[in-house]
Amino acid sequence: MTLLQVSDLTIEDGAGTMLVDGVSFSLEKGEILGLVGESGSGKTLTCRAMLRLLPGDGLRIRRGEVRLDGADVLGYDEPRMRALRGREIGMIFQNPASHLNPVMSIGSQIAEGRRIHFGASRREARRDAIEWLRQVGIPDPARRVDNYPHEFSGGMRQRAMIAVALACEPRLLIADEPTTALDVTVQMQVLRLLRDLRDRLGLAVIFITHDLGVVAQTCDRVTVMYAGRLCETGGKREVLAAPRHPYTQGLVTCQPSSDGGAGRMITIPGQPPLAKRFPTGCRFHPRCGHATAQCAAVQPEMLPVAGSGRHEAACHHRMEGTRAGRDHVR
Amino acid sequence: MSAIAGVAPPVRRVLPRGSTLTVGIVILSAWVLVALLCPWIAPYDPIAQDTSATLLPPGAAHPFGSDNFGRDILSRVMWGARVDLQMCVIGVALPFVLGTIVGALSGYLGGAVDTVLMRVIDIVLAFPFLVLMLAIITILGPGLGSFYIAMALVGWVSYARLVRAQVLSLKHRDFIVAARSLGYSHGRILFRHLLPNALTGSVVFAMSDCVLVLLSGAAVSYLGLGVQPPVAEWGVMVAEGQGFITTAWWITTFPGLAIVVLATGFSFLADGLGDRLGVRP
Repeated sequence: MTLLQVSDLTIEDGAGTMLVDGVSFSLEKGEILGLVGESGSGKTLTCRAMLRLLPGDGLRIRRGEVRLDGADVLGYDEPRMRALRGREIGMIFQNPASHLNPVMSIGSQIAEGRRIHFGASRREARRDAIEWLRQVGIPDPARRVDNYPHEFSGGMRQRAMIAVALACEPRLLIADEPTTALDVTVQMQVLRLLRDLRDRLGLAVIFITHDLGVVAQTCDRVTVMYAGRLCETGGKREVLAAPRHPYTQGLVTCQPSSDGGAGRMITIPGQPPLAKRFPTGCRFHPRCGHATAQCAAVQPEMLPVAGSGRHEAACHHRMEGTRAGRDHVR
Repeated sequence: MSAIAGVAPPVRRVLPRGSTLTVGIVILSAWVLVALLCPWIAPYDPIAQDTSATLLPPGAAHPFGSDNFGRDILSRVMWGARVDLQMCVIGVALPFVLGTIVGALSGYLGGAVDTVLMRVIDIVLAFPFLVLMLAIITILGPGLGSFYIAMALVGWVSYARLVRAQVLSLKHRDFIVAARSLGYSHGRILFRHLLPNALTGSVVFAMSDCVLVLLSGAAVSYLGLGVQPPVAEWGVMVAEGQGFITTAWWITTFPGLAIVVLATGFSFLADGLGDRLGVRP
């Protein structure tokens, strides 16, 4: 059952530059979708647009649809939108230290959502807060519930923020680089927690990250973005093992592997383009080793890769995945 | 604010860092105790006249002396603490509340609301503080009520500017974005999430503002526009005693000292709080 269907989502800034251009993807109930791309590729904007919380002034949604259970969220008025934020679509962020209110206790921050979205009484909400702290694996939650964010460690803060978001019982959780600020062991715990919550609660998760290792461990499907457009989407295995877009291939070969540290690390040449100077045609073509005149002139569309159902890539050449990938690796 | 800046810096050098808060609290609690207990600890009735004991210098019967009506200065200073402390609290609380609401709305809503409110603030600030206050009191008629109204109408601007600046810097912070993503209303975000984070600076400023309010209250009373005789209030006492300054110095000196000590207490408190909370008033 399709929970979320984003179609042709396009976000422009005040000057009319398309920061996110024609992004489409869908999400099933209980699925974890990895949204991968460099900083500035429009991952976060795409997700903020789903909650209609675009940062800054001048940014607006030019066209497109965000359908949650078939209803177009972008057409909602503000009160309906408020009822949806948190309750239907929850969001957790990269830096839990700055996304928790420093002068409110952890417990009251969790309880607030219960009170707003479920009309819980003060006492019920507090009990729920303790229960959610237990759910996310905070030890001794009955005592910890009255702590303030500064009394929590980094990993515990991330758990607390997940508890704040999940206490509203959303069906979709947007996780915006939730592990980037954490050290590796804590990162693993948080990833395991998210997977575990998905299994227990049937939660759908959009996992924004630039770390393909995290995608490989956590996600079911991957969507790769570059300079505001989709490059490639498909099952985790197909995309990571046989990437068809040269950018995805580059990302895959850039991953340092744990076995051989001897060779020089491979990087993608050049820099991602600035929003004001997006290239014509395929936005990746100036950095692409396979670019032709067609790539500079015509924007490639997302088309299915031959022989697989849901694997799509936006490349005129849609390279022979495995071979091109291997070529780059060694 | 400039008046405060004139009072605060010398204070910081008098005491070692860290002890200012304690000293401020001690001085203030002492005055609060005096104000609460004055019916029992004051040796005389503050407004009872005794024509047989006028203009007595400080001595055993009257430790601070007596005035031209034979009233005991010590008792009047004690009872005066009630009026002056009340003046400080209400004279700060009203502008604090008004300024906080205006500043919060101005900073949070922005746009035309912000522009209009900021221009109103500019207009209020264009007048010298005391001149504007005296003008308002003159229009409303003398009395403590008029003083409070004038204080609120003139004093709110400082709080509004402080709170607005804080709200502006906080409203794009991450935890506000997080609160928005949880579907909270603007009112809830402003008053439950933003303001508690924005008020530290104004609380510290309020403490130092108490000094200004105390001095203004005393000044207004001295000019005959505030507390009316025969009520014991320090500013009134100074005004009444000034005719005898060459012959009976104690009539003006003791209430004057009381003003200085209480003001210093507030100053210490503001400074100590500022140090503790990491805010520079």
